[in-house]
Amino acid sequence: MEKKYYNPEIELLPREELKNLQLKKLQKIVRKVYNKVPHYRKKFKELGIKPEDLKSLEDFKNFPFTTKDDLFVDYPFGLLAEPLEKAVRLHTSSGTTGKPKAIFFSKKDIWAQAKLIARALFMSGATSQDILQNSMTYGLFTGALVMHYGAELLGILIIPAGPGNTERQIELMKTFGTTCIHMTPSYALYVATLIQEKGLKPGKDIKLKRAYLGAEPYSEETRKKIEEMLKVDVFNCYGLSEMGGPGVGFECPAKRGLHIWEDAFYVEIVNPDTGEPVKEGEIGELVLTTLDRTTMPIIRYRTRDLTRFIYEPCPCGRTHIRIERPLGRADDMFIVRGVNIFPQQIESVLMGIKGVAQNYQIILEGYDEMIVKVEINRDFFDGRIERLLKLRDEITEELRKAIQVRPKVELVEPGTLPPSEGKAKRVIDRRTL
Amino acid sequence: MNYVNIISIFAENKPGKLEKITEVLAKENINILGFSIISVKDFGVIKFLVDMPEKAYQKFKEKGFTVAKVPAIGIELEDKPGGLYQVVKLISSKNINIESALVYVAETRKKAYFVFEVEDLEKAWEALKNEKVKFLKPSDFIKE
Repeated sequence: MEKKYYNPEIELLPREELKNLQLKKLQKIVRKVYNKVPHYRKKFKELGIKPEDLKSLEDFKNFPFTTKDDLFVDYPFGLLAEPLEKAVRLHTSSGTTGKPKAIFFSKKDIWAQAKLIARALFMSGATSQDILQNSMTYGLFTGALVMHYGAELLGILIIPAGPGNTERQIELMKTFGTTCIHMTPSYALYVATLIQEKGLKPGKDIKLKRAYLGAEPYSEETRKKIEEMLKVDVFNCYGLSEMGGPGVGFECPAKRGLHIWEDAFYVEIVNPDTGEPVKEGEIGELVLTTLDRTTMPIIRYRTRDLTRFIYEPCPCGRTHIRIERPLGRADDMFIVRGVNIFPQQIESVLMGIKGVAQNYQIILEGYDEMIVKVEINRDFFDGRIERLLKLRDEITEELRKAIQVRPKVELVEPGTLPPSEGKAKRVIDRRTL
Repeated sequence: MNYVNIISIFAENKPGKLEKITEVLAKENINILGFSIISVKDFGVIKFLVDMPEKAYQKFKEKGFTVAKVPAIGIELEDKPGGLYQVVKLISSKNINIESALVYVAETRKKAYFVFEVEDLEKAWEALKNEKVKFLKPSDFIKE
């Protein structure tokens, strides 16, 4: 019989047993950080909590968070729970300012993460017969190397192409018959466009089957576009250096949310303001705990990434929880009339409405007034004001349904708002309180 | 079918907006024969009947305006009290709903047209075409 799961015993483990396993691992990890990491001990003491207070998973929410700032206490070796000699590799995470976050891996950590990747690649349908062109950056960034080890473990032939030099990327694909690619979604779009321009036929000249795209957020529309252009299945992967890099969350062929391997991570979603667990199905900040990491365990790490749990059992049969593709950063959240709102919620509503162009802007002013400026699509305008009024009503109503606040919607001319690429300022807060 | 094209521009309600729009027409030597402005507070639609509608449409497009051509029916008004009343009475008797309208004065105190947009142009034309009124034709005013 064809093997369907890489590690069926773990991947299909009933949730009750999975939770028992998590509790055991958590108890071990909190003991370890308490005993070995002075900074964690201090944090535990500040909250008046001890490792033995963890009697059920329920208790874990009383334990301290780890934030980005904690990673810079006693920098760079302060959070190591084992002697430095156990560490065999350093990865860093690009901080936009100042020092980079430093993450250390032992041999065990490297292979544990590789196993998670192998599991995820196998889940997507990849086998040792595949050829993976790895076009992420090799180096301090976890993206390429961690994927590399996982793919090798599965027996995949790796082409360590690294990023850039798109002409060569395409040559490699043609010459060696690359079947899978690993890159950022924006680069995939770029490569796909060049392939089209060269008149190469995906499926014939280029025989890609799968694209693993991650390291930056992208929409479902972008996924579909890349799938069409390259004739591939696009799998969304989510990771962060602090949690070991890629392979933290990975889509299965159902492509409906990302599984997080819960034997390796404990997953929580909390209100980014209060730190309290969100209500079932609500959007909040993803909080992760490493369950297997030996050299640098991190508990309750505030990822600042926003998502929500998908509770329905997955058609793929795996019992590990799924999360929605990360919807944005917790830092972008704002509150109007007591309701927490993320620009991404607004964006996803707008992108689903015909007649709306790409750019929008949220303005908060007066006493909690919310104005959403929306560019109309040039082709939508037929000269009739009725159509515009209908569009405005539709947008207002759809937004109200999504965010529980009725905004004032203003239609503006296309091209008059800051473009959506890059870090455009989406929310302007002029409220006077 | 006798219909004329109205140039319709989407505009945010901002100072200087109408100036920028009319500047385009002025620079191209396009004559405005009639116009109307519909405003709903923060945005509006500005409509023109011009002597070079195709050129106007292209120029507005080139300059990045959100512009559309809307077909409309024009009916000649009699220059006497009740002239407009007679025309709109006729239109409403056919159950036609006027979406927007402007007036084109072809010759001062002599000849004017009521030019109006409807939801379904063909239906409106079918209902009106046999009436004893004078319809505005593109050849009556177009210079291009």
